[in-house]
Amino acid sequence: MKDYKELFPVYNNNKDLVYLDSAASALKASCVIDAVSDYYNNYSTNIERGLYKLSLNATKKVEEARRNIASFINAKPNEVIFTRGTTESLNQIALSLRNILKEGDEVITSLTEHHSSFLPLLNLFKEIGIKLVFVPLNDKHEVTIDNIKKVVTKNTKLIALAHVTNVLGTKLDVKEVTSFAHENNILVSIDGAQAIPHMKIDVKELDVDFYSFSFHKMCGPTGLGILYAKEKILNSIEPAFLGGEMNDEVTRTSVLYKDLPYKFEAGTLPIAEIFGANACINLLHEIGYDEIHERTAKLRDFAVSELSKIEEVEIYNLDSESSLIAFNIKGVHSHDAIEAYSDKGICMRAGHHCAELLHTDVLKVSSTLRASFYFYNDMEDAKRFIEVTKEVINFFKEVGYIG
Amino acid sequence: MADLSNLYRQIIMDHYKNPRNKGLTNDLSYVKCHIKNPSCGDAIDIESKVIDGKVVDVRQDGVGCSICCASASIMSETVIGLSVEDATNLIENYLKMVSNDETYDHTVDFGELGVFEGIKDFPARVRCASIASKAFLNTLKKEN
Repeated sequence: MKDYKELFPVYNNNKDLVYLDSAASALKASCVIDAVSDYYNNYSTNIERGLYKLSLNATKKVEEARRNIASFINAKPNEVIFTRGTTESLNQIALSLRNILKEGDEVITSLTEHHSSFLPLLNLFKEIGIKLVFVPLNDKHEVTIDNIKKVVTKNTKLIALAHVTNVLGTKLDVKEVTSFAHENNILVSIDGAQAIPHMKIDVKELDVDFYSFSFHKMCGPTGLGILYAKEKILNSIEPAFLGGEMNDEVTRTSVLYKDLPYKFEAGTLPIAEIFGANACINLLHEIGYDEIHERTAKLRDFAVSELSKIEEVEIYNLDSESSLIAFNIKGVHSHDAIEAYSDKGICMRAGHHCAELLHTDVLKVSSTLRASFYFYNDMEDAKRFIEVTKEVINFFKEVGYIG
Repeated sequence: MADLSNLYRQIIMDHYKNPRNKGLTNDLSYVKCHIKNPSCGDAIDIESKVIDGKVVDVRQDGVGCSICCASASIMSETVIGLSVEDATNLIENYLKMVSNDETYDHTVDFGELGVFEGIKDFPARVRCASIASKAFLNTLKKEN
C-alpha cells in the first residue's frame, strides 16, 4: 500500500497516531495548510471589495477556486455558494424555503439523518406547521425508492435525505429519488457530507436540486462548505442572510440583490479556507476516487471480518459499502469503551454521533462506537484497531465490568 | 499518563453493577430533575425528598456509562441523611473536585464519592461524573 501519511504533517507531530475518526473530520494535508498560509502570507486582504492589486488578485484566486469546485461536482460556478459547512448549507436551505413552504406541506426525511439535516426541518414544522414524514427503513436500515413512494402524497414538497448516512453508512440511490421526485414536482435536497469524501459527485447526473457538503471531511480546511443549488432555484428563493457585498443598491426602503452566487454570500467569506479548499480538491482529484475507495474498502473489509470473530463485539452495519463501522462491545457503554481505546492511542468516536433518532428509534441502543477509515489509513492502523479491541475487552473483564 | 484502571476502581464497578436507590418513586412528595449528556446520550433522573431541612431520601434512574451510573448510586448513598446545607456544600465541592477546580474545600469528607477524585485526569469523563450530582442540586433548588 502506498504511504499517504507523509502528506499529513499531523502524523509527524504525533507519533503512533491511529486516527479512525475521519467521518467526523479528516486530517489536513500539507498542500491545504500551505494554501491557507499562502493567503495569509501573500494576499491577506478582502475580496470583491478591494480596488487595488492585492485584493483583485485574491479575488481572482477565490473565483478560480469556485470554478475548480464547480467543475469537480459538474456544476456551474454561479450555482456554487460558499458556506461555513454542511450545517450552514442545510440551515440556509430551510430558511430560504420558509417563504415557499406552507402549513400542511409535507417534507420527507428519515430516522437515520444527522441533526444538521433534521433540526432545520423540525424548525419548519414548529414555525410554519409543515408535516415531517419519516420514510420507513428496510431491514438494513436503508431508505429505498419503494418506501419513499409509499409515503409521498400530493402535499409532498421536499425530500431531504443524506447521500451516505453518518453512522451506518447506508447509501441512497439519489438518481432514482430525483427522477421520481421531479415527476411529482418535489424538490430534493441531499446532505452529501459523508458521500463526497468517498465518491465522485456529479450534481447534473444526480439531478439534485440542493447538494450540501463540507471541506473538512475531505482533508480540507474547517469552517468552509458548499451549498449547491440549481440556478433556476437559486433565482427563485430569497437569501437567508443579508449584509455586505450581497447587494447592488440599498435605499432607505429597498435593496437590490446581486446576481448569483453573490446574493447568497453576505459578509466576508472565509478566504483562506477557500484557498485551502481549492488545494484539497486538487489533492482528491490527483489521488482519485477509485484509489480512495479501494483502500478504505480493503481496510474496512479486513477490520469487519476480524471484529466479527470476536464474540464480545456487536456490529450494526455488517454489509455496509461505506468506510464506517458502527459497533459496540457487548455490555460496555460506548463512553467507557472509548476511554479505553483512547488510552491505547486510538482516536475513534462514541455516542450518538448527532443522530439521536437512529439510536433511540432504530437501533434501540443508547449509543455506539464508530470507526471510520480514509485513504491515509493503512493496514497497520486496521491491525492495531483489532489488537486494541481485544485488549480493551480484556481490560473490562479484568476490572469486572463484563463477565 | 493517568492509569485507566484507577478510573474503574472496584467500588465504581460494584455500584455500576449493583446500583443503590435505583428506580423512581414518582411520588409527589419528591422533587425530580432530569439531565441529559448530549455527547454520549447519558440520561439521568434524580428524585429527592426533604423533610425539615434534611435529605431523607434520594432515588436515581437512567442510562449511562459506568462512571455516570456509579456516581449517581454513590452520590445517593452519600447525601441521604445529611442536612440540605451539608448536602449542598458536599456536592458543590465534589463538582469542583472532579472538574479539577483546586479551590474546592479540601476539608470536606466526601465519603465514597472521594473515589471519583481521579476523574480530573480524564477530562472527557468529568461530565459523566457530574450529571447526577448536578441533577440532585437542582432538586434541592426546586425544593427551596
